[in-house]
Amino acid sequence: MSNIKKAFENNKAFIAFITCGDPDLETTARVVRAAAENGADLIELGIPFSDPTAEGPVIQGANLRALTGGVTTDKIFDLVKELRKDVTIPMVFMTYANVVYSYGAERFISACSKIGIDGIILPDLPFEEKEEFLPVCHKYGVDLISLIAPTSENRIAMIAKEAEGFIYVVSSLGVTGTRTSITTDLGSIVSAIRENTDVPCAIGFGISTPEQAKAMAAISDGAIVGSAIIKIIEKYGKDAPKYVGEYVSSMKQGVLAS
Amino acid sequence: MTNQNGRFGVHGGQYIPETLMNAVIELEEAYNKYKNDPEFNRELTELLNEYAGRPSRLYYAEKMTKDLGGAKIYLKREDLNHTGSHKINNVLGQALLAKKMGKTRLIAETGAGQHGVATATAAALMGMECVVFMGEEDTKRQALNVYRMRLLGAEVIPVTTGTATLKDAVSEAMREWTSRIDDTHYCLGSVMGPHPFPTIVRDFQAVISKEIKEEILKKEGRLPDVVMACVGGGSNAIGTFYNFIEDKDVQLIGCEAAGRGVDTFETAATIATGRLGIFHGMKSYFCQDEYGQIAPVYSISAGLDYPGIGPEHAHLHDIGRAQYVPVTDDEAVNAFEYLAKTEGIIPAIESAHAVAHAIKLAPTMDKDKIIVITISGRGDKDCAAIARYRGEDIHE
Repeated sequence: MSNIKKAFENNKAFIAFITCGDPDLETTARVVRAAAENGADLIELGIPFSDPTAEGPVIQGANLRALTGGVTTDKIFDLVKELRKDVTIPMVFMTYANVVYSYGAERFISACSKIGIDGIILPDLPFEEKEEFLPVCHKYGVDLISLIAPTSENRIAMIAKEAEGFIYVVSSLGVTGTRTSITTDLGSIVSAIRENTDVPCAIGFGISTPEQAKAMAAISDGAIVGSAIIKIIEKYGKDAPKYVGEYVSSMKQGVLAS
Repeated sequence: MTNQNGRFGVHGGQYIPETLMNAVIELEEAYNKYKNDPEFNRELTELLNEYAGRPSRLYYAEKMTKDLGGAKIYLKREDLNHTGSHKINNVLGQALLAKKMGKTRLIAETGAGQHGVATATAAALMGMECVVFMGEEDTKRQALNVYRMRLLGAEVIPVTTGTATLKDAVSEAMREWTSRIDDTHYCLGSVMGPHPFPTIVRDFQAVISKEIKEEILKKEGRLPDVVMACVGGGSNAIGTFYNFIEDKDVQLIGCEAAGRGVDTFETAATIATGRLGIFHGMKSYFCQDEYGQIAPVYSISAGLDYPGIGPEHAHLHDIGRAQYVPVTDDEAVNAFEYLAKTEGIIPAIESAHAVAHAIKLAPTMDKDKIIVITISGRGDKDCAAIARYRGEDIHE
């Protein structure tokens, strides 16, 4: 069990997703610090992928900007080393299976452990394929985060029983991106999860307002926000840290009000 | 030769978002239920024969044979199928299966537009809604097929992300499927993607090698020495190979698109230049950089312009059962023109890649040897692009 449980220890958690290298790694470092200083409990660092099939247009755009700017896995490892000098909240990588596989599972996951990454989220690695990386994750004490979707139904128990770190509950069908309303019966999904595990579960996909964060945190252990933060970074570029900080603060208030 | 979870050796698998897992499980269950169902097979055979025009001809290319002066060449004429390519074999099977599953809407990716046209056709025939994703670059290269799909009642969505070609169309179709699963079947066009697609598509395309085998035994009283086909994802190639895999004396050759050459960045030859990876739901070989970013591949042929290859081909390559050779744009265009002038057959530029390799191979073989080339589609759609390649601007 990694550091991740710390994010859920005291209160409901606010989890921020940030694509590394959008618009450049120096800005990413400042955005991560701004998010941490303003109450984020856990940071998901996105390692960009050329073809992010689970992402909507906003995060696709961030991936493209980051890759065009020349970001690589090695440069992101350096960024994390630098951040770990003062950022103490749990951090996980979110990327695609090929980024890990191509780098070499052993080489990638041992590096995660060394630089202070607590877990990995791979949206294209379902339960059936997790053996691809799980033994190596266990060897180095890095949590492989499971996702549960509105369509998981009879799969919830199986996934929850073996989950570690936290469970990423996907709020809606489709890809990442902000949504005006979330109609899935998340309460019953979370109950089904809780019948099978004590691992905390946080809800993501489509959340952008403090009211949504409050509603999601009320029925789970936390809220995950990605696209809404990426939009701020896209709008303000190098000036984004200040605005992301303000936004994270307002979202954290929403989560705490739940 | 699929084992559990759809593995072909180390390749294949189901690397997809959790949101889609129950959909592919449901698809696999439905496929297993219907694949041996006599009524399903009767309906499918009737569609293939009465509607698509099967069996397709196995034509002895006598002039080509004499001109090249070596092995005897037969052409498996998938270009004569309804809609003009082998794609209809798979689409009729999947559309019928989708209908049995209660789906009312088909979505598909397309490169050259042949799979999109076939899907739009099946949807029109079976009264289903149809949405086709096509790279914006390809909508320009294959404007005629865009018009055909719209004429057939399909909605064509140009994809502008990434390289705006086939791989991006696949990504976008997968994204669409995650957002609408209940009434929608993703009619994948090649032997790729997550299990069970590589198996389903292969089974529906295996009719090609089944017919080749029957016909060549009638015509020649023996099996061919070589069967060959072009390979992008690899559906017409696996269809051509499948019933010969156990016949160890039959050489299987897949012809990949080398674009401007395998020593350039403008290539789509996956076996020649790719390495093992995980993408679009499968483990297989992919053109990628050192960090696993998928390469922006290139070929004159929109249908072969894909950075990966189906998992069963990757496995046939690993075990040395099939051989994969790169063919450049130049060689393919020459073969396109050669077959038109020599046999009066205009092949799809995709299929011309296989013809090009046969032009090199046949003269090196004895006259009593037999080569079968699958002509996966017809070339009408390519005429404007080939004219442009030759510096002539024609209006379709």
